Amino acid sequence: MAMMRYAEALNQALREEMQRDPSVFLFGEDIGRYGGVFKVTKGLMDEFGESRVRDTPISEQALAAMAVTASMTGTRPVLEIMYADFMPLVLDALINQASIYEYLWQNVTMPFVLRTQGGGGAGAGAQHSKSLDSLVAHIPGIKVVAPVTPADAKGLLKSAIRDSQPVVFLEHKLLYNLRDEVSDDPELLVPIGKAKTVREGTDVSIFATSRMVLESQKAAELLAQDGISAEVIDLRTLRPLDLDAITASIAKTHHAVVVNEGWRFCGYAAELSATIMDFAFDDLDAPVARVTLPDMPVPYAEPLELSVLPNAARIADAARATLK
Amino acid sequence: MKNSPSLDEQLEMHRKMVVVRRLEERLGELHKAGKTRGPIHRCDGQEAVGIGATAVLGASDFVTSTHRGHAHYIGKGVDIRGVTAEILGRATGTCGGRAGHMLIGDRDKGMIGGNAIVGGSIPAATGMALSIQVRGTADVAMCFFGDGAAQTGICHESMNMAGLWKLPVVFILEHNQFGLTVHHTVQSPVADLSLRAAGYAMPAEIVDGNDTVAMYRAVATAVERARRGEGPTLIEAKTYRMQGFSTSDMGGYQSDADLADWNRRDPIQVSRGALADSVSTERLDQIEAGAVAEVDAAVEEALAAPLPTFELFTRSSPYATAPEAV
Repeated sequence: MAMMRYAEALNQALREEMQRDPSVFLFGEDIGRYGGVFKVTKGLMDEFGESRVRDTPISEQALAAMAVTASMTGTRPVLEIMYADFMPLVLDALINQASIYEYLWQNVTMPFVLRTQGGGGAGAGAQHSKSLDSLVAHIPGIKVVAPVTPADAKGLLKSAIRDSQPVVFLEHKLLYNLRDEVSDDPELLVPIGKAKTVREGTDVSIFATSRMVLESQKAAELLAQDGISAEVIDLRTLRPLDLDAITASIAKTHHAVVVNEGWRFCGYAAELSATIMDFAFDDLDAPVARVTLPDMPVPYAEPLELSVLPNAARIADAARATLK
Repeated sequence: MKNSPSLDEQLEMHRKMVVVRRLEERLGELHKAGKTRGPIHRCDGQEAVGIGATAVLGASDFVTSTHRGHAHYIGKGVDIRGVTAEILGRATGTCGGRAGHMLIGDRDKGMIGGNAIVGGSIPAATGMALSIQVRGTADVAMCFFGDGAAQTGICHESMNMAGLWKLPVVFILEHNQFGLTVHHTVQSPVADLSLRAAGYAMPAEIVDGNDTVAMYRAVATAVERARRGEGPTLIEAKTYRMQGFSTSDMGGYQSDADLADWNRRDPIQVSRGALADSVSTERLDQIEAGAVAEVDAAVEEALAAPLPTFELFTRSSPYATAPEAV
């Protein structure tokens, strides 16, 4: 075990998988010589050369489409899209290309990973602060993961690279400097599709991913001060969902709060809420509460931005409301 | 002449063109008889582009196609019976009826594959060429796209990277004059789109797209260059779409004079003319009759084949959102 930052854990995952499998290669904007704007790919071009770690032109649409077919023809590309806000540019590659071929052609696999980072809180404005989880989680055939801890970041990225299907890997700009213990065992993988209970509780279940797990844990502390026992589930994978973990927790607490940093209307929290209604309705004592970004652009100035981002206080308020 | 096809190759290209033409004609008849489903994009008049270009490739090379890909499929060796059955939505089709005529893919033949998002074939082949370069093999990726697709932003992005990284990709611009109904003069300020190649540091050649031998020669040079690691080439094949955009095209925008002019340059007749000195008329007739019979048999077989039965696709877990949804 070693203490390391989230960005370093990702870097270690990439390095280990590139050492293990020569078909793994990285491409994206500013990832080579500079090491990535969030330093996730630091040092990798020096170690693996310019063919396997490529700086690219600013061409997201083509890059994503190329990842699809490169993965279909014998390599395992890992593409970095600098901001999740740019995901609309790559949606054709995901929706009209990657999503269809395994079904249509059956004897193809598409083992590529699309890494990106989203989320607010850094004063980056309306085009560099969004969480667009629901856009990608909506697509059949694409796996979507969003780890919060350095250990999960490493273990899930390694699983994503080894997976035979497309994986969108969602990072968060405020997590890159988070430090924690990470295993140095290169064969320790975190399975895709498995949630993790990060705090046990009996009164209300809070479901979250990525940075919202940290806010949910803080909310649980606030609730504990009121004598409310909140369970916090880090879903880790947005698709395919760990339905068993969700239903088991609700069977225990009978109350659910779903948290997502994206928009509310047709958002990922809406899907979680509907899924809970589908599979755990009889266990619910109250309607599912949603905590999301309001349906508006992310503003720039600090007091404005902090006014829209979901946080511990809002999550705790939502939990209290479901228990009334 | 360097890179010229052998007589056997030339005859095989001729045969495959007749296969494709017969398929298109039969599909036209079947459409009128109400026996097809959805729009079908025929490539009558354009056969020499796809057949001539793919004749240069080996089995391990890759091809990406368009919504008008019948000549590309047959050229790359996809079985005519499977293609016909797929177009007719049968369980025996190349893709079991899941894909339809625009999206046929056959991984074993390196045809991956049809792509009906205009421009989609361009980054697709570029990505395959990137994979080839990273793996260090001598294969090439061939991209078919049209003058309509040449106006997409993704075309620029892809060609820029192909030129920048000297990727082993051959771009075949199948210039059939129209993007759906809109003439190329209303879509681009230049008639010769290959002018753009200079901006990507790649060589370009304008070729008579109705002449298989001309296509073969130009593409052979481009493929050899790609295999040597010297990068991409843009081949602009001038041709003409004789049967409109699709079977749902109501026409009225193509001039009779143009149609008559291009009809005089029908690629199958051009090919017959080129072969006349070396092969007897009887032998050519025999080859053509064989091709026609092969397609007719494929059509009959497909019409008699069962329709597919629906199965929810559950092999991939992310296709299903939850176990109960399976």
